[in-house]
Amino acid sequence: MKRYGLWRYLLILLILGLGIVYSLPNLYAPDPAVQISYTSSSQTADEFLAERVADIVKNEDFDIKIQLENDYVLVRTDTYQNQLKLKELLSSKLINDVVIALNLAPTTPKWLVDIGANPMKLGLDLRGGVHFLMQVDTETALRNRQDGTLQDLRIRFREENIRYNQASVEDDSSIFLKFNNFQAKEKAEEFIIDNYTQFNFPLTSNGENSIQLYLSEVEIDQIESDAIDQNLTTLRNRVNELGVSEPIVQRQGKKRIVVQLPGIQDTAAAKNILGKTATLEFHLEAQMDTPRSRKTSYPYRNGVGAPAFLQDSIILGGDQVATAQASFDENGLPQVNITLDGEGGSKMHRATRGNIGKRLGVLFVEQKTKTIYERDESGQQVPVQESYEVKEIISLATIRAALGTTFRITGLDSPSESSELALLLRAGALAAPMTFVEERTVGPSLGADNIKAGVFSMQLGLFLVLSFILFYYRVFGVAASLALTFNIVLLVAIMSTLSATLTLPGIAGIVLTVGMAVDANVLIFSRIREELNRGRAPLDAIDAGYNRAFLTIWDANVTTLIVAVILLSYGTGPVKGFAITLSIGIITSMFTAIMGTRAFVNLIYGSKKNLEGLSI
Amino acid sequence: MTFKIDFLAWRKIAIIFSSIFLVLSIGSLLVKELNYGLDFTGGTLVELSYPEEANITNIRETLVDGGFNGAQVANFGSSREVLIKLPGTVSDSLGSEIVSLLSADNSDQAIDLRRIEYVGPQIGSELRDDGGTAMLIALAFMMLYIAFRFQSMFAGAAVVALVHDVIIVVGIFSLIQIEFDLTVLAALLAVIGYSLNDTIVVSDRIRENLRSAELDSTEEIINLSLNQTLGRTLITSLTTLLVLFSLYFLGGELIKNFALALIFGVVIGTYSSIYIAANALVIMGLNKDLLRVEEPENADDNPLP
Repeated sequence: MKRYGLWRYLLILLILGLGIVYSLPNLYAPDPAVQISYTSSSQTADEFLAERVADIVKNEDFDIKIQLENDYVLVRTDTYQNQLKLKELLSSKLINDVVIALNLAPTTPKWLVDIGANPMKLGLDLRGGVHFLMQVDTETALRNRQDGTLQDLRIRFREENIRYNQASVEDDSSIFLKFNNFQAKEKAEEFIIDNYTQFNFPLTSNGENSIQLYLSEVEIDQIESDAIDQNLTTLRNRVNELGVSEPIVQRQGKKRIVVQLPGIQDTAAAKNILGKTATLEFHLEAQMDTPRSRKTSYPYRNGVGAPAFLQDSIILGGDQVATAQASFDENGLPQVNITLDGEGGSKMHRATRGNIGKRLGVLFVEQKTKTIYERDESGQQVPVQESYEVKEIISLATIRAALGTTFRITGLDSPSESSELALLLRAGALAAPMTFVEERTVGPSLGADNIKAGVFSMQLGLFLVLSFILFYYRVFGVAASLALTFNIVLLVAIMSTLSATLTLPGIAGIVLTVGMAVDANVLIFSRIREELNRGRAPLDAIDAGYNRAFLTIWDANVTTLIVAVILLSYGTGPVKGFAITLSIGIITSMFTAIMGTRAFVNLIYGSKKNLEGLSI
Repeated sequence: MTFKIDFLAWRKIAIIFSSIFLVLSIGSLLVKELNYGLDFTGGTLVELSYPEEANITNIRETLVDGGFNGAQVANFGSSREVLIKLPGTVSDSLGSEIVSLLSADNSDQAIDLRRIEYVGPQIGSELRDDGGTAMLIALAFMMLYIAFRFQSMFAGAAVVALVHDVIIVVGIFSLIQIEFDLTVLAALLAVIGYSLNDTIVVSDRIRENLRSAELDSTEEIINLSLNQTLGRTLITSLTTLLVLFSLYFLGGELIKNFALALIFGVVIGTYSSIYIAANALVIMGLNKDLLRVEEPENADDNPLP
């Protein structure tokens, strides 16, 4: 019989020891908690905030523990009801400058945290929350870019004395230019080639005296990826404003963004903030002599007053707002105080300085989507989401002096409108509108039920399998049972250290691993029995059994692992969760079922020289 | 456990049996199609929990009055839980609208929101395509691995068995119209893994016996190998079924169909690795000479890691 060297036992013990230690944090149930941080990122939570919080909650009669963390104050409590009560209480007392979020605070002992042992992350289906998948409408970003270029072209053409009849952005986002004569067209072409690099060259001539400007592939890719990046940043800012602990905002594929908000229940409100593409634009009011093609009439947002004409050129947009704060003016009406960044300030100054006495319009721009029905190739009606823009005037006020970096916007309907506008301005605008293409909300009660059901089915499954193999294989069954149990411990430890997310299908994957991991041992033990039946000596039979079964186990597991990896790369959501636990389970089971049981069997039988039979 | 069953004597019956099942499955897939879940059709789903027994008729009426005509309302798991489905809808706000409509109608008692799901139309078709692609890629990789580790004939036999299993499991889902969603798709891929596991164990033994056994006839060798591995096949299927039944009964409503697909898959996969894969080898004309040219790979030479 092959002897097992001491180092093997030590290695196995070491791995098992690490497995136990790193899976331990999962045994400590997290506390329902509320976390409070300052709205402004320049301000970090301090003793002062902690004292304010302590002062507010001091009269509550349930269990409360206040801690000052790196950038937030954490208030732990004992039940979910108390957690909600705390949130309401704090929200009513601490207004404006803080964000209050529900949290599940881990209770991992310090010595475990110090060695980097943390509990597994729970998926939304286990802890409750919202998952959104949003598609970015990059078409609009392209169009906006062309609109901006067109404005620029108009100014430059005037400077260069190039006369044109018509200049517009077409439906396919190309710029259409029509000139008075061939010379003007030639001159314009030359000018564009010299000064603009973003178009497809050579330029497309459309008829005698016109040019059509299409964006080049490179430029389109750049604009699209910029749009997605800006949307990601904006969404992160907005999510922070919403007050969510451990949110996920990630790009998925070419044009999509995933947002996961654990603990959020009010999806309508969350969607309202996340999907809002509202921003502001500042325009001068059009004068009597402004040509018709350079001004547009907009209605008032509150519906009062006749529509007014504003100039098409934008002084600046919402992206140059540095901060925005909702407040009230001296008459108690809602207003938003705005501070522009440096560039925005000088633009505003330049634009208003020469126009004192004229009026400055603040335009509220919102992207909305509607569903329309189109016929596809087969003639069937298919629903299509189309986005459109709504532009309304919030205020139109006379410029009394040149404006600088700070000013205020009045004319808002309600305090909630002013705080929403402030939030949207602070968090930044979306570069392109987004549509929600997938949404999954799980309530906290379902999450809790899922955990219970998952754990319960795992316990029962494990119990049934262990009883069966103990009954069927006796001493070898003990080895297999230990191996199975340690397999789960190792799996959990690896999931925890990788900070992989555990989901309900993930639990199903663990349960399935329990059923399938026995296979390796069954293969080995059947082989040992066979060898015994052939008349081999017990210890030889053990050797032969392990050796002969190894290749089979290897092949069988590698093929399953291939499936798991494919699931992992192609799957989304539930499929992925299942694939993660399945893959890790396959790897750990190879270790426990082969090396683990072998060590145990050797320990029991290895030293007995004249063994009569095996308990298998 | 030692067995002496003449499996190959049952060959014709097994082939007839499988053919009937395959025809039934394909027929059902063509006629009844799959009962695709929300993941694949797109649409809106709301699950609510009422404090007392929910009145389905009332809820249906409220929804119709509120303008939700195509809503399917049914109990889910227990008489207090209600599942409302609107397949094919394209607005992402219907879920919240339904919740507020029903809450307003039921203002004297609080309804607990269990979940809302909305899947847009483009996502549905993408998930379906991705699922199909994943399945094909999985099959292709399996074939490659087995052809590399064993021999192309084994790969062919294994894939015949896998395709057989997948078609029949999907066919059963179509026949009894159980909802086919993403988790079921994952289960189906797990079935591929499981069934292959079984097939490999049997193939491994066949290869070993072809090289060493004194028997000459391929049929006898296959029969011997099947008998030698039968004990293991049954025990592993049993332990896997034990955990699957515990998942089915205790794992909650969301896991039920997943467990069911695997239960069917394990049963059919076990049957197919005994009857289908082995039969395919006989039909394809496996014999000792085919393996002789290869480098012998004796398991005894491979030490443990």
